[in-house]
This record gives sequence, C-alpha cells and structure tokens, in this order.
Amino acid sequence: MALGERDKPSGQMTTGHEWNGIKELNTPVPRVVYFFLIATATFAVTWTLLMPSWPGINGYFRGFLGVDQRVAVTQTVDQAKVDRASWTTRIDQEDFAAIQADKDLMNIVRQTGAALFGDNCAACHGTDAQGRPGFPNLVAAPIMWGDDPKIVAETIRIGINGTSPDTRFAQMLAFGKDQMLAREDIDAVVAYVQTLSQPDLAATIDADALLAGATLFADNCAGCHGEDAKGMTDTGAPNLTDAYWTYGGDRANIRHSVYDGRGGTMPSWEARLTPTDIKLLTLYVLDLRATRP
Amino acid sequence: MIADLTRAERVWAMLILGSLGLAGLAMAVAGRNDLLGVHGWMVLAAGLGGFIVVMRGLELPEPSDDRLTEYYDAPTRLGLILTLLWAVVGMAAGFWIAALLAWPDLTFDAAWASFGRLRPVHTSGVIFGFGGNALIATSFHVLQRTTRARLPDQISPWFVLLGYNLFCIVAASGYLMGMTQSKEYAEPEWYADIWLVVVWVVYFIIYMRTLARRKEPHIYVANWYYMAFILVVAILHIVNNLAVPVSFGSAKSYSLFSGVQDAMTQWWYGHNAVAFFLTAGFLGMMYYYLPKRAGRPIFSYRMSIISFWGITFMYMWAGSHHLHYTALPHWVQTLGMAFSVVLLVPSWASAGNALLTLNGAWHKVRDDAVLRFMALAAIFYGITTFEGSFMAIRAVNSLSHYTDWTIGHVHAGALGWVAMITFGSLYSLVPSMWKRPGLYSDKLVEVHFWLALSGTVIYVFAMWNSGVIQGLMWRTYTESGGLSYSFIDSLVAMHPYYIARAFGGLLFLLGALVALYNVVMTIRMPATAQNEVVRDIPIQTALQAGE
Ligand code: HEC
Ligand code: HEC
Ligand code: HEM
Ligand code: HEM
Repeated sequence: MALGERDKPSGQMTTGHEWNGIKELNTPVPRVVYFFLIATATFAVTWTLLMPSWPGINGYFRGFLGVDQRVAVTQTVDQAKVDRASWTTRIDQEDFAAIQADKDLMNIVRQTGAALFGDNCAACHGTDAQGRPGFPNLVAAPIMWGDDPKIVAETIRIGINGTSPDTRFAQMLAFGKDQMLAREDIDAVVAYVQTLSQPDLAATIDADALLAGATLFADNCAGCHGEDAKGMTDTGAPNLTDAYWTYGGDRANIRHSVYDGRGGTMPSWEARLTPTDIKLLTLYVLDLRATRP
Repeated sequence: MIADLTRAERVWAMLILGSLGLAGLAMAVAGRNDLLGVHGWMVLAAGLGGFIVVMRGLELPEPSDDRLTEYYDAPTRLGLILTLLWAVVGMAAGFWIAALLAWPDLTFDAAWASFGRLRPVHTSGVIFGFGGNALIATSFHVLQRTTRARLPDQISPWFVLLGYNLFCIVAASGYLMGMTQSKEYAEPEWYADIWLVVVWVVYFIIYMRTLARRKEPHIYVANWYYMAFILVVAILHIVNNLAVPVSFGSAKSYSLFSGVQDAMTQWWYGHNAVAFFLTAGFLGMMYYYLPKRAGRPIFSYRMSIISFWGITFMYMWAGSHHLHYTALPHWVQTLGMAFSVVLLVPSWASAGNALLTLNGAWHKVRDDAVLRFMALAAIFYGITTFEGSFMAIRAVNSLSHYTDWTIGHVHAGALGWVAMITFGSLYSLVPSMWKRPGLYSDKLVEVHFWLALSGTVIYVFAMWNSGVIQGLMWRTYTESGGLSYSFIDSLVAMHPYYIARAFGGLLFLLGALVALYNVVMTIRMPATAQNEVVRDIPIQTALQAGE
C-alpha cells in the first residue's frame, strides 16, 4: 500500500488508498461523535432498565418503574370513565324531558354529541345532519318513524333494515319492476304524487289524468303512506306532501322510487354504541331539530 | 446488446429466456381460471420475445477481445434510462394519489383507479422501479471502477437488470388487477417473490465474483454499502414473504406468520427495507459520486467505518418502533425505541462525513447544480434521520403515528434524500456513460434542482403541518371528557394541506420530466471523438503507480 499524502485544504493525511481517483483522509473521528454515541447509549440503556425490555428464557425484564402499557391503558380508560361519570350517570338515569330542561347538561350533550355524530353518523347523514340523496335530513324533515325521543332512540338502537333481530323494516315496493302497476298507471300516480308537494304543477296536467292518479294512489299507496299521503309512523313510509325528500322530489326520482322500489339501510347501532351514547345521540339529534333556525 | 454477447452467452440467454417462457406457459395454463393466468401470459410474452431477439442475433459476429479492455457499461446505460422512466411513472402515480386524497372522486368508478390499488403502484414504482434501477445501474458502475475489474461476464448483469424489471412490471400490473399480499412494500404475490429471489442471488454472485477479481487491494466503502444492501434485502425478502400458495394455479397465498408475529416480521422487513434499500444502497451511491464530483477525499475513513457498522447493526433491531402502542409486547417496543435513538449517531456521522468532504469544494456546490443535488441530499438525510429517531420515541410516536407526519418524514427521506442523491449521481454519470462531453443543458439541471427543492419543501412542510394538526385534533378532549373533534373534522382541516402536497409533488414530478428530457437530449448529442477519460478502464496486468 502506498503511503498517504497531505491534503492541502484540510491539512490531514490521506490513508494512501485510492479508488479511481477517490481518496480518503485519515481524519480521526471527531470527539463529538463519541460523545453523542456515549450519551445516546447511556440514555438507551437507562431507559431499558426503567421500562420492560430485555427478553429472557421465561419472560422478560419488567423494568424498575414497573410500567406496562396494558395496565396503563386500562387505568387511563377507567379514570376517563370516572371523570365523565358526573354527567353520564345523569344521562343514563334521568328521562329525556328532564335532561332537555337542564341547560348545562344539554351543553355537554351538544359538545360531546357533535364528535360522536361526526364519527358515526355524518358519513351518511352529512356533517350538518341535513342528509344527502338516499339519506334523510334529520334536522328538518318530519321523522318517518315518529319523533318521540324513545322512538328515535329505538330507531338508532335497532336500525332500519339493519342487522339487529328487532330491526325496523321499511320497504317501498317496486311497482314497476315487479309488475304491480302498468307503465301508464305509474306515470299517472307519479304525476299525481308530484302535485302533492308542488300544487302549481296540477294546472299543467289534465284533470282526468290527475283523478286517475289520485285513485291509483288511494288504491295502492295510501295503505302505507296514509290517505293524505302525509306518511305513517308505523310503516316508516315518508310524508310525500312536503319539500323534504330522501331520494328526490323531481319527476325522474319519484318515478325511480315507484318503479324500482326503495329500502335504505340505517345500521343497527346497539352492537357498536353504548346505551349512553345512543341516548346522547338521540338528544343531540332532537336538539338540532329543536334549535334549527 | 446481443452483439456484445459471446456465442456461448447467446446460447445461454436463449436457454434462460426459453425456460422463462415455459414457466410463463405453465403459469398461464395452471392459472387459467385465475389472475395468475394473466401474469403467465405476460411472462410467456417476455420470455418468448427475448428468445426471438437473441435468436435473430445468434449469427452476429463474435465480439472482439478488445471489449475486455473496457468496463462493461451497457447494462448501466439501460438501467439509467429505466430509472428515469420509472421515476416518471412512479411519481405520476404519486401525484395521482395525492390528488385523490384531496379530491376523492377522481377514481371514475373504476376499480383499478381506486386509491388502494394506485398507492402500491406509487410506492413500488418509486422505491423498486426508480430506486432499485438506480441502485443496480450505479452499483455495476461503482463496482467496476472501484475494483478496477470488469464485470465477470456479459449475461448475468442483463439477467439481473431485465429480470428485476420484469418483477417490477408483474408487481405493478398485479396491483392494478387487485393482487396483493397486503404487506406494505412486500405486496407482490408468491411467484413474483420467488422470481425476485433468483434475480437477487445472481446479483449477489456478480458482486462477489467481481470483488474476487478486483485489482485494488482494498474494498471501497461504497461497495460495503452496496453489498449490505444486496445481502440484507435478500434475507428480509425471503423471510417476510414465506407463504403458502392456495394452489399452484392460484395467485393467492397465505403468510406463514399470523397475528402479532406477522406484524413484527412485516415491520422488521419494512423498517430494514428503509434501512438497506432506501438508506444503505443510496449511501453507497453517495460515497462514490459525491467525492468524485467534488474532487475531494472522503473526510474521514474511520468515520465511514463507525457509521457503516453502526447503521448495519442498529437498524436491525429498530423495526418495532413501527408498532408502538399496539398488540406488540411493551418490551419489544422499548428495545426498538432504544436502538432507534442510538441509531441517530451513526446516521449523522454519515451525513457529516459527506458534508465535511465538501470542505474545500463549497464553491463547486454553489456553481454546480449536480453537486448541489448531492449536498442537499446529505442535508435531507440528516434531517430525516433526526426526525426518525425523534418519532421513534414512544411518547412522540403517540402523536405522530397514523398521521401525515409519518408521510412527511417518508418524503423528506424519499424526495430529499433518495431522489436527490439519485438525480445528482445520475447527472454526473450520464455524460461519461454515453461518452458525451457534458450534459445537453446545465441550465435544465439548475431548473430541475429548484423544482425538486421547492417541491420537497412544499410537500414536507404541508405534511408536517397537517400531521401535527391531525395528531392534536385526535387527542383533544372537551372539558366534559368527550372528543372535541370527529375524524371528519380532521379531514376537513387536512384538505388545504392535501392540495398543497399535490402541488409540491407536481413540481417534483415536473423536475423528473425535465431530467428525462435532458438525458434523452444528451444521448442524442454527437459523441466526443477520443478525449475520453484515459484512466476509466480496468487494470489489465500490473498495478498502476500510486496504488
Ligand atoms: C350507512 C348509512 C347510515 C349511517 C352511518 C347512519 N344512518 Fe341513520 N339512516 C340511514 C338511512 C338510509 C335512513 C333511512 C332509512 C329508511 O328510511 O329506510 C336513516 C334513518 C335514520 C333515522 C330515522 C329518521 C326517521 O325519519 O325516522 C334516524 C333518527 C337516524 N337515521 C339517526 C342516525 C344516527 C344517530 C346515526 C349515527 C349513530 C345514523 N343515523 C347513522 C343511514 C345511515
Ligand atoms: C309497503 C308500504 C308502501 C307502499 C304500499 C308504498 N310505499 Fe312508498 N315508501 C314506503 C317506504 C317505507 C318508503 C321509504 C323507503 C326508504 O326511505 O328507504 C317509501 C318511499 C317512497 C318514496 C320516496 C320518498 C322520498 O323521500 O324520496 C316515494 C316517492 C313513494 N314511496 C311513493 C309511493 C307511491 C307512489 C306508492 C304507490 C304506488 C307507494 N309509495 C307505495 C312504503 C310504501
Ligand atoms: C412526485 C412526487 C411524489 C408524490 C406526489 C407522492 C405522493 C404520495 C402520497 C399521496 C402517498 C400516500 C400518503 C397517504 O397514504 O396518506 C405517498 C406514499 C408514499 N410515498 Fe410518495 N410521493 C412522491 C414521491 C415519492 C418518492 C420519490 C418516493 C420514494 C423514493 C416515495 C415513497 C413513498 C412511500 C414509501 C410511501 C408510503 C408511506 C407510508 O405508508 O407511510 N414517494 N406518496
Ligand atoms: C435514524 C433513522 C430513522 C429512524 C429512527 C426512523 C424512524 C421512523 C419512525 C419512528 C417511523 C414511524 C413509524 C410509525 O409511527 O408508523 C418511520 C417511518 C418511515 N420512515 Fe423512517 N426513520 C429513519 C430514517 C428514514 C429514512 C432515511 C428514510 C428514507 C426514505 C425513512 C423512511 C421511512 C418510511 C418509508 C416510513 C413509513 C413506513 C410506513 O409506515 O409505511 N426513514 N421511520
């Protein structure tokens, strides 16, 4: 091996090796490298002494601090429960009216409910709970199954067309696809239904057709949607006379509903949310309705 | 290409390609009712196509023995072009998924265009396609120059380069069809994995055979790193991919590991893929091209040794920092964290060694965008490793984990370090590989540099911000003890950052396109007559003076 030479800019000797023009200086490793090596290694070793670390044959060294992530997480969760108990027990025990009358408690419901709703319900009903095509507006639309708090809580618990054995069942029949009504009849009833929420349209349709539509409605639809088409809470069939539509109130969408039928799924939440959470969400949704502008 | 091969090598090539074609046929038949069949046809086409090409060149005259007086650089040349093509493909996929995160509706309702399928096309495209080709191409070059020996034969390098790219294509096309093992960075299914093992073993053998024939007494650091990269990636790949296929006619397989053992194996793999693919290999690149371009000796030989062994040893034990606060036992997490903290020191020693090597050449860094790419890469390497060791601390990880902070860290490393060192090396290598006096345009290199730097900075800052905001939003509680924000709230808060990230990524992608253009134009320039670097040839007989 050839001897090293002195490198001008750094004043260091080279090692004397050369690879295709690349040389190396024989600079000693700077002190600071050793310093940090020792410092980090000391930290690392100390840390392994304090925490569960080195494995042995029968288990592992538990660490002098006796910390364990499983114990720690159980304790934190328990502590959080205790911290929240001051108001969660009240939610559990008091009835809806009493809670709704308590301003402070309702403030907690609003605060906590927003995140709970955002994480579980917003994906379908929208962050503002105002629905999207296929998912009902929970703030403004009349409630299909009834707006008594107990009923709403039950709807959330068991869902609609959900997986719970008690789930509510809602099915808008496929009058066209299943050939229960002829094409012309469907057109007539659809035209009629549209006039219920948009009376102006009645003028554009001839009277005989409108009458035919009304008769068809009374014969085929009223059983679920009610004589006045204002919906029935025991079938979950919606009000067809207002401005709120789950699937859409224009001609094409109504026709689609009547021709192909509808049956939206509202999940059953009993397996995923605690009774406290369900009650809280019920209060939250009803509060949105009560305080809407 | 065929003209370079001896007649015996051509026959070998036909045998290999013929067997490949047969293997493809077998896959196509066995997997006729499965997606495996599609890959079978692709492999058959590759084998058959190659076979025909070689056969048509079979009767070309034998190459003259003069070739042995030169290094064998043809595979490196193709590798460099493939590197750039994959850069564009992989980064375009990156830009696309970045756009998808900002505007999720861009999938056009097509399964192949969904986020879940395009994401691995991006990660594999950039890591394996872009990074892997760059490593293979430069390693052949560095290996020959620093051993002063020619590659042992002319067929194995082609086998490695082309075989590797076949693997990449099978992998990427599989993702689009929905084939995946669901292990990050190890998505390809069993048959692709087996193929990669074969390719990789040949790669390692080339390295050993060339080193055995070296004319320099010592093995240069760059080669230690390249060897660590090849060897460890082989081990990682084999262990993490141990799996049992459902049948030989099915692409699907089940891992030998399950539950938390599977998670630990996967992240032992995943972390060391970062360590030995994205770090060790590219350090090898840095140790050659940076001092070469700067014209300076390596700052400290001893520090190279310390950092090499520090990095190789320490990284092996750090994988569990990817599984903090999970089902993984606490003690494994503690150890992962402890090793990760010490790992900072050899990492910074490497970055420092590179930057101190530039002492006496900083004026070149100022004037030469190519060297500036490499200097900046060393700085980003320092930033990324500092950040990594910091994030490996459990308490910090409880904030950063699952957030965009990780993505910011990844791309500080990927864009700032991996891509910058690659582009720097590539620019310094291209003219000599095609025997051109210089690059087509130094201005365009300058343009690329600023595109890359601004793209990286925008990307990384956007992700740091969004990551920390995300992490904080997820752990903020109201006075009453409920969560203050829902997940959707945090998504809404991310939106502007996702747009910024996509923009930063777009700049980076444009830079890659500029590089591709510049290199293509360089290749199309007329060659210089005979002013080739005289010493760029293997040593034939005696050592030269001064060795
Ligand atoms: C997967 C989508 C989905 C999710 C998530 C969801 N819902 Fe629903 N929800 C629906 C659909 C669809 C309906 C209407 C079902 C029907 O009419 O057949 C509905 C109906 C309801 C109703 C009854 C409305 C009425 O008029 O009677 C209430 C109340 C309700 N949802 C509350 C919630 C709450 C609270 C959550 C969160 C815990 C939630 N929903 C989550 C889809 C969803
Ligand atoms: C078996 C009971 C039943 C009968 C009969 C029935 N409906 Fe319905 N209908 C429903 C239910 C339940 C829904 C709500 C479905 C949902 O939300 O998923 C509904 C929904 C609708 C909707 C969509 C409302 C919206 O908000 O978008 C229209 C329109 C409609 N029905 C019209 C009719 C007409 C017209 C007829 C008669 C031809 C009819 N229904 C007969 C039960 C019925
Ligand atoms: C054009 C530039 C690039 C853009 C726009 C881009 C964009 C992205 C996006 C959007 C993701 C997904 C993040 C998520 O799931 O939240 C991602 C992941 C990733 N990218 Fe890139 N990328 C670019 C370049 C690169 C390069 C050059 C590399 C490597 C050399 C790289 C390596 C990765 C890796 C490893 C991941 C996975 C990270 C993880 O799972 O934690 N990217 N990239
Ligand atoms: C000292 C060196 C380093 C340490 C200690 C380190 C540590 C870490 C940590 C703690 C994480 C986050 C794990 C999580 O919370 O999920 C991570 C992720 C990651 N790092 Fe590093 N890092 C280092 C260097 C690098 C470098 C140089 C790169 C080069 C590109 C890199 C690429 C990545 C990637 C791709 C991921 C994402 C893995 C995934 O989740 O998909 N790291 N690293």
